[in-house]
Amino acid sequence: MMENDTLSKVLYIDLTKKKSFVKDRKDLFEKYLGGTGVATELLLEECPEGIDAFAPESPIIFAVGPLTGAFPLASKTCAMFKSPHTGDLGESHAGGRSAIAIRMAGYGAIVIKGKSELPIYLSISNGKVLFKNATTLWGMKDGSIAARVMRQTEGGEGLRAIFRIGLAGENMSTFANVTTETYRHFGRLGLGAIFGSKMLKGLVISGKQMIEVTNKKAYRAMYDKIYNMATESPLMKKYHDVGTAINIKSLNSARALPVKNLQMSSTDSIEPVTGEEIAKHHLARRVACAHCPVACIHLAYLREPYDDDPYFYKTTPVCYDFELIYSLGTMVGITEPKALLKLIDIVEQVGVDAMSMGVVLAWITEMLEKNKITKEDINNINISWGDAEGYIKLVKYISKPTTDFLKACSRGVSYASSVYGGKEFAMQFGKNEMPGYHTGPAGYLGFLIGARHSHLDNGGYSVDQKDLVKVDLSPEQVVDKLLDEEAIRQILSSIAVCFFARGIYGLDLVSESIKLLGFNYDEKQLHEIGKQIHLNKYKFKMREGFRLEKLEIPERIYETVDPTGKITKEFINRGLQYAENLIN
Amino acid sequence: MKLAVKDAMRCVGCQSCMFACSRRSGNAGLSNTCIGIKSAGGISRGYTVIVCRSCENPPCANVCPTGALVPKEGGGVRLISSKCIGCGLCKDACIIDAVFWNEQDDKPVICVQCGYCVEYCPYEVLELIKDKKGVSHDGE
Ligand code: SF4
Ligand code: SF4
Repeated sequence: MMENDTLSKVLYIDLTKKKSFVKDRKDLFEKYLGGTGVATELLLEECPEGIDAFAPESPIIFAVGPLTGAFPLASKTCAMFKSPHTGDLGESHAGGRSAIAIRMAGYGAIVIKGKSELPIYLSISNGKVLFKNATTLWGMKDGSIAARVMRQTEGGEGLRAIFRIGLAGENMSTFANVTTETYRHFGRLGLGAIFGSKMLKGLVISGKQMIEVTNKKAYRAMYDKIYNMATESPLMKKYHDVGTAINIKSLNSARALPVKNLQMSSTDSIEPVTGEEIAKHHLARRVACAHCPVACIHLAYLREPYDDDPYFYKTTPVCYDFELIYSLGTMVGITEPKALLKLIDIVEQVGVDAMSMGVVLAWITEMLEKNKITKEDINNINISWGDAEGYIKLVKYISKPTTDFLKACSRGVSYASSVYGGKEFAMQFGKNEMPGYHTGPAGYLGFLIGARHSHLDNGGYSVDQKDLVKVDLSPEQVVDKLLDEEAIRQILSSIAVCFFARGIYGLDLVSESIKLLGFNYDEKQLHEIGKQIHLNKYKFKMREGFRLEKLEIPERIYETVDPTGKITKEFINRGLQYAENLIN
Repeated sequence: MKLAVKDAMRCVGCQSCMFACSRRSGNAGLSNTCIGIKSAGGISRGYTVIVCRSCENPPCANVCPTGALVPKEGGGVRLISSKCIGCGLCKDACIIDAVFWNEQDDKPVICVQCGYCVEYCPYEVLELIKDKKGVSHDGE
């Protein structure tokens, strides 16, 4: 890496002692570039084996990459932690201004350990870490208010990122998230709960430093090349126009969209919640992550009259995308846009992962229908498919649970179904609730073997849609494809570019662009590093007790029609067996 | 020529303009940017785009104790870096916050109205317009 680059500076913060120090970790950055690669190493170093995810020693790690602040679309921060949701690897990525702010503040990574005795938030700028009293922010029902207070109290306007948790994080729901810039999230696997366990309400970080480049001419030329691809290439058009919500229509007609807890894979009443229709009637503004010209973030305005005063309206901006329309829409039978937006809004307020919450709501609905639980278990409220009002109440209850059943639900469907039954339709994979892709066996194998059990680990859904709908591939061939893709994606999340830009950042372009920042790796070497990072993640998972053979698979996936017609036990088991041999 | 905000409502907050301005130096990062984008009280309300208006009787130059900021014909100022002592009075004098600060050099950075940022705004928020006298100010 470049001599003067501050990328290798790691900021260590101890919340117990209220102290911080900076260490240069060129060793890690030179070997693993940054982002996921470096964060995995820091996690292996900092997280004691077998520790309770909520113990003070359990670390929170944030890392950015060499391209952050240098090239467009390098807008992601990788967060790593021991997941309280799965008990093994916790990893989530968020954009907003998070990555730019960390890099511009002069760091490549941040490690937070310890536990404060009173609620605090961190203010990081100009090389200083301040520990601020957040007592007054604790317990607010809408997390965005806490963010607003931090915004008004702290400096660095336009250059800062504001991270914060909501009520669910404070109450340590294992799928609580951390929100940044109001609409972006470290969503999956419970980072918000770890913040809560440390009494850390949030953090504000800002800076505007320079990243010195030696070959200035080549740097500007490369910048233009990437910028032009980002703004002109058809590869980004989908994110740019209707956004990821464009997939709702096609997945629904392909019978790949989970409806009512995947009892079905399409619905006739999809039209009003397709990306096109929501854009037509509700889209109010599009915004971007810092240093991304694409602006894929779609905000709708929800306008609701007050019952007691017809000329008094509440107007709420709500962010929507494919995953939200699936999880808080079709998965719970909601296909009316206003109801959907209202449910999304409450999920934002309490601060939980939307996909996990949607799956939990859907599972509860079915448990009730099948009389496996009673109304008392859910505080005597009425819930039914498509009824947003009931679900809004339920979201609040799960975020601040009072009954044993609700407490179990605040730990996700894997845990709740291990206590109350209903595993056959508890839609989790590796204990992580499913995303909106019932596309075929490759999708499911992807969730199961992916290091963080996310559809984005290896894009199995795309193997289903591009290959398996047309040709036959053996389970072994599918797993090979998935592992190969996952290795490549480790590089993307290590240089910390957005996965939406994967069509632009091929390994050839990655190699050329990181070279300008002093990293000399060719495509082949990068691929090897990617494989190594993937194995390192598995090292952590196995250390913490993860075993592919212990995975539980809900029967439901074999029962509901899918576009390939190839989701069979035999296919999935053969794939898992093969993956197990390779990974071990 | 003069940098102007054509339509701030179209701004998505991507900061491409800020990075472009800073990149004029050939380096990455944001240390040199003379354009600022900040949310107008939360992202959902959109963005405020801060650019130098190249005032005809520039308050920043009027308060500079060393004469480091020289008013230009037709408006705006030019920074003579060697004269600047980094006191920050100019920054305080600009009530729209268009005098930006390079923290590494501890000196102001002043828009030269070159229009480089305009080329990188994907949403046509910015434009370069001819000022009254049609004078070009990009001679830095
Ligand atoms: S016109 Fe030139 S100096 Fe002024 S803000 Fe734009 S890029 Fe920077
Ligand atoms: S480049 Fe254009 S859209 Fe992006 S922040 Fe600047 S003014 Fe706004």
